[in-house]
Amino acid sequence: MEETVKYQPKDYKSDQYVRWCPGCGDHAVLNCIHKAMAQLGVAPKDIAVISGIGCSSRLPYYMNTYGFHTIHGRAAAIATGVKTARTDLNVWVMTGDGDCLAIGGNHFIHAVRRNVDLNIALFNNKIYGLTKGQYSPTTDRGFVSKSSPYGTVEEPFIPAELTMGARGTFFARTIDVDLKNTTEVMESAARHKGTSVVEVLVNCVIFNDGIHKQITDKEYRPERTILLRHGEKMLYGKDNNRGIVLDGLKLKAVTLGEGGYTLDDVLVHDAHAEDNTLHLMLGMMGGDMPVALGIVRDVAAPVYDEEVEKQIAQVQAVNPVRSLKELLMKGEVWEVK
Amino acid sequence: MSEQTRVTTLDKVVVRFSGDSGDGMQLTGTIFSNLSAILGNDISTFPDFPAEIRAPQGSLSGVSGYQVHLGSRKIFTPGDKADVLVAMNPAALKVNVKFLKPDSIVIIDTDSFQKSDLDKALFTTDDPFAELGLTTVQVVAAPISSMVKDGLAEFGLDNKSALRCKNMFALGLVCWLFERPMESAMHMLENKFSKKPTIAKANIKVLTDGYNYGHNIHARVSTYRIESRQSEPGFYTDINGNKATSYGLIAAAEKAGLKLFLGSYPITPATDILQELSARKELGVKGLQFEDEIAGICTAIGAGFAGALGATSTSGPGLALKSEAIGLAVISEIPLVIVDVQRGGPSTGLPTKSEQTDLMQALYGRNGESPAVVIAAATPTDCFDAAYWAAKLAVEHMTPVILLTDSYIANGSSAWRLPDLEKYPEIKPPYVDQYDGERPWKPYRRNPENLVRYWAVPGTPDYMHRIGGLEKDFDNSSISTDPINHQKMVETRQAKVDKIADYIPELEVIGDRDAELLIVGWGGTYGHLYEAMETMQENCRKVAFAHFKFISPLPRNTEEVLKRYKKVVVAEQNKGQFANYLRSKVSGFNPYKFNRVKGQPFVVSRLVEEFTKIMEE
Repeated sequence: MEETVKYQPKDYKSDQYVRWCPGCGDHAVLNCIHKAMAQLGVAPKDIAVISGIGCSSRLPYYMNTYGFHTIHGRAAAIATGVKTARTDLNVWVMTGDGDCLAIGGNHFIHAVRRNVDLNIALFNNKIYGLTKGQYSPTTDRGFVSKSSPYGTVEEPFIPAELTMGARGTFFARTIDVDLKNTTEVMESAARHKGTSVVEVLVNCVIFNDGIHKQITDKEYRPERTILLRHGEKMLYGKDNNRGIVLDGLKLKAVTLGEGGYTLDDVLVHDAHAEDNTLHLMLGMMGGDMPVALGIVRDVAAPVYDEEVEKQIAQVQAVNPVRSLKELLMKGEVWEVK
Repeated sequence: MSEQTRVTTLDKVVVRFSGDSGDGMQLTGTIFSNLSAILGNDISTFPDFPAEIRAPQGSLSGVSGYQVHLGSRKIFTPGDKADVLVAMNPAALKVNVKFLKPDSIVIIDTDSFQKSDLDKALFTTDDPFAELGLTTVQVVAAPISSMVKDGLAEFGLDNKSALRCKNMFALGLVCWLFERPMESAMHMLENKFSKKPTIAKANIKVLTDGYNYGHNIHARVSTYRIESRQSEPGFYTDINGNKATSYGLIAAAEKAGLKLFLGSYPITPATDILQELSARKELGVKGLQFEDEIAGICTAIGAGFAGALGATSTSGPGLALKSEAIGLAVISEIPLVIVDVQRGGPSTGLPTKSEQTDLMQALYGRNGESPAVVIAAATPTDCFDAAYWAAKLAVEHMTPVILLTDSYIANGSSAWRLPDLEKYPEIKPPYVDQYDGERPWKPYRRNPENLVRYWAVPGTPDYMHRIGGLEKDFDNSSISTDPINHQKMVETRQAKVDKIADYIPELEVIGDRDAELLIVGWGGTYGHLYEAMETMQENCRKVAFAHFKFISPLPRNTEEVLKRYKKVVVAEQNKGQFANYLRSKVSGFNPYKFNRVKGQPFVVSRLVEEFTKIMEE
């Protein structure tokens, strides 16, 4: 009977007052997640939303699902436990750039490596908001913040690169103001079997206002971003006349009809390619190249929690012991009469 | 050679096998203790191995030992000193000289007591016995290596493989010394090497050769007879503490109707728990290794949130790393078992040695007012019951429970009567359908009797809820920073743990009702303290003994028991952590303290000496 139930976004919304700052990018992402869940049609009772600490980690309170707001950096580990104990649940991780990539970096890469069936929404505003404005692991070199008054002297992580480095099977990127793409990639992330990483470029209106402006503003967006779609040509630009081509071993942004480039030269996006070389290059684009949005990588691979269950089934198929008592009697025992 | 060998009947005897860490002394000791147990002796064992996996051959740091205490009456400890020592090389002799009784029998392999071997063990003369002042011991000096090689000439084994069997020659000799029939040892070897029948046969041949050698030379040493002991009828097995802990968790999960999930990370001396539970796939156990200690506990908390029996296993340094996550389990009130197999600290400390120095860490090592249940196992076999209790209290009271064992009981073993699981108490998870309050259910609305909140497992329709590390409102369960509410929640969480005292057994006192001295202990020192009490009673001293398994909360009658005796001594392997804790709980309590932090088990004779001194004061 349950399949016939149609859910609405409001079914996933809790009665709690949303406490993010007015204008914060997280509001929009929350709505997109509600929408994506309704489209997925998973019952709220079968969803568990796990978070760490930080502004974005407040999100579970705004969901009418099972939710667990845990400790700083550990959401991926706790969610791994939830999903591995209960493969029937639909498990989400809500995390930020500090929570996920600084204090929680180890759990993040290992969850990705194992390919646990988690949907990780990584809210990247390149700043610590809840502690009021310190630089994060995704903050650009030289950035002045409260804890880097003379600018940072370290390189940032690029979440796509880290995900690929950890042998991730799904990576997508979206921006807070693009509701359509955000909803779409969240839904795809949930449908993907294994760890899905969705990097959402969000604005922190108080401590890092406009950090993604150069990409997200309507006036720049068409020329500075490209929405990747599996099986389609990598085209972008206001008139869709720009494209990504391969130039030797590098990617290059070109204008069709200029420099002898035609539509035929433009790459077709294959999100399902097992080899992640091209995905990595796409994920790293920026600067002179448009920032890749949409699903960069989406490949099938063995899923950790399923493999754990499978192994149990395999052992049980050949070993009839099912209780401690039977196990003990099978060992080295002697009887005293 | 014609004179009759003297046979002594003893009620208990201590045998110590020692050699290079690659000499197979652990296996030898295990087989000997098992076959003795099968013959009806009570046993207690203590493996004492170096931290190095393979130290330089023949060196003092590479000596590995395995001590077995067997008796015709109840045995509680592996014994202070050895009646029989097998020393496969001079280093083993030197390292173990402090464990020898004056009239011990020492079995050596003369082939490995050559000049170069003596040099490696830093002897300066060619008579190691004289150099160590061992003038009264009885030495059985046998050319074990060459006899093993000769005996296996027809097996076609290479030199190295043949010499690997020499531990079985020593075992054969010891079996002769104790008049042990060897059938069960042969059976164990066949099982162990079931995939390598030639090796099994070679080991059995060498074992028999060793026995016959002892018999044929009529070595002029005493042989021993240890009578069988009348045990309660039933099936028995030999079990160490880590295995018993693992089984206790399995038993509790079965009883509660829960899936067992262990999230863990390898750490000495707790790794065996991870290994045991990761092998129990046939029972549906999810025993899994994660990327670090924190992930170990966090996955277990996640599993607990999701409706499983979540557990994690570790040792002191790992417990420190898990502290913050334990706090999360405290405030979110999720069932969780944390097993801490204590070892010598601080920091990396003495990873393979035993201490009781994590008590304060278990009780208080967290930020905020963060009460958890703390239980300590008394013996290797008691680890089963203690783990069962830990899981029962965690589930029924929705709380983290820290189970303290230690390296000594984790690796030590004794004969264990297989439990009648039907007789173990029920474990009833407080599922949300049991909520019968008048107002609608909320995650932190409690059972007024025990203050336990209800467990709404994900997937249950209509009970979706959010919990977490932020303080919640006592009444409506949403986030609250209200000062009065916080005070109330702090007190409620403490009261919930305190109330568990109503659900655990009272403290038992063993020994004389009108004792002049009460010996108090906790955890893995049970055996030594018990034997100390027994010895003192044999010396006509009026003593009693109270051993704590439940530490937080304390049993209800704690104060009454402690105040009943004029003199109380708290003996523990730390600087007085439990004594101080008791003082904080029982006003006016001022015990004598006996503290040793050497990484080694207590020595019974020393305890007797100290306790007697206190009585005479």
